[in-house]
Amino acid sequence: MELVKPAIGLIFWMCVTFSILIFILTKFAWKPILAMIKEREQTIENSLNEATKARAEMSQLVAKNEDLLNQAKEERNRILHDAKEAAERVKADILVKAQKEAEDKIQMAFREIEIQKKAAIVEVKNSVGLMALEIAEKVIRKELKSNNEQVEYVNKLAKESNLN
Amino acid sequence: MNNTPKTSLKHILTAVFIALFASVSFTAFAEETEHATEQATEAKTEKKFDAGKLILEHIGDSHDWHILGEGHSSVSLPLPVIAYSNRGFACFLSNKFEHGHKTYGGYKLEENHLVAVNEMGEVDAHEATVNEEATKSIIDISITKNVATLLFSASLLLWAFLSVAGAYKKNPNKAPKGLQSFVEPLIIFIRDEVAKPSIGAKYEKFVPYLLTVFFLILINNLLGLVPVIPGGANLSGNIAFTMVLALITFVITTVNGTKHYWHHVFAMPGVPKPVLLILTPIEILGVFLKPFVLMIRLFANMTAGHIIALSFFAMIFIFGEMSTGAGLGVSVVSVAFTVFMGLLELLVAFLQAYVFTLLSAMYFGSALEEGHH
Repeated sequence: MELVKPAIGLIFWMCVTFSILIFILTKFAWKPILAMIKEREQTIENSLNEATKARAEMSQLVAKNEDLLNQAKEERNRILHDAKEAAERVKADILVKAQKEAEDKIQMAFREIEIQKKAAIVEVKNSVGLMALEIAEKVIRKELKSNNEQVEYVNKLAKESNLN
Repeated sequence: MNNTPKTSLKHILTAVFIALFASVSFTAFAEETEHATEQATEAKTEKKFDAGKLILEHIGDSHDWHILGEGHSSVSLPLPVIAYSNRGFACFLSNKFEHGHKTYGGYKLEENHLVAVNEMGEVDAHEATVNEEATKSIIDISITKNVATLLFSASLLLWAFLSVAGAYKKNPNKAPKGLQSFVEPLIIFIRDEVAKPSIGAKYEKFVPYLLTVFFLILINNLLGLVPVIPGGANLSGNIAFTMVLALITFVITTVNGTKHYWHHVFAMPGVPKPVLLILTPIEILGVFLKPFVLMIRLFANMTAGHIIALSFFAMIFIFGEMSTGAGLGVSVVSVAFTVFMGLLELLVAFLQAYVFTLLSAMYFGSALEEGHH
């Protein structure tokens, strides 16, 4: 029975020691330790969440970048294509214009030539008339001297005025 | 280089465990020799070896802390005797009693109990006459072996956890190191596996108490396994120790009891009146029975472990009395069994600390439960 009879001394010391122990440990050990553990757990959880978020953002960014790149490529291709087309058009235009101009110039040249030709013909006609007139005048003047001589002279004159 | 603190802790732990088991087996031999001399003196006086007395002496409390030796030649740490009786206050060291052979200041030791005697001087304890009236009035609050162990374990806990708290403050939000990494899993275990599921939403208020109880029981269970000073006392197997802890659990449960809890105790809802006549007394009994069982469980488990180990040793001397050969033969078996029991008790040390804490938490949980029917 000795075993199951609690001793008053031990009960007293147990009450005193346990009270002091729980007071000091709660105030200076358990509360700070539990608070620190909680804080650390929260920090770890937050960091993990942030990491996951960052990873998601990262992959989003990568996708966005790829999109942008693709867009840029398309844009470049389009611009190149457009530029080629424009160049083609300009080339064609220039060619057409040049041809037209050339034709115009040729036309103009033709017209000029025509005009010049006509002018020349008129001039020839005029000078032929004048010549004929001169010849006729000289013939008429010679006729008055001799007939033979007149024919000879006409031929000679005709030879001389060989239309230059 | 990084894992040096970890490996050194591992080395320390290994050393501690080796020392623990070595000392378990060492005491086997130590006690053998101890009792061999005892046997020799006993043989002279033709006294029989009393296993029961030996065991009860070892698991009981005493006024000095025995280190080694037997009788007059034994070495022990004297502890202060503090007593109050109708004669007034007395305070002196227990070595004045000379292991119970002398009286001092009107007191003597009888079976490790303080007894008042009529002779005020220092006389032979066996010749002193007992003063019944004064003996009855003694309030003995001596620092006995168990009290000394309690104070030692409390200071050990204070030192350990205040330094751990310091480590947390020094390295906030860092991985734990050293002692910190040894206790942190236990702290988190008590918080997450014991307090949270058993108590519920308001668990935080009770965690400090549960942690204190768990570590105080655990350290005393482990100290009880160490056979030499500063271990050797059977504090967590002492009924006064478990009674105070169980009483505190009872007080916390009762103080925190909600209306719902008391309603369940006094008038279980949904139960017909005639049945309540039987059920309510049972429920009221249960309120007191729960902490009582808590007290008995820890006491019985720890004491049983000590009794078994001591019984194995006692067997050596019981057989030794028959013949020396039988004693030697049994000693081999006894030592083997004691080592095995030591390992088992190591498990029990953790288990019983856990069970006490878990059940306390469950009682708090039941007291805090709000009606949700």
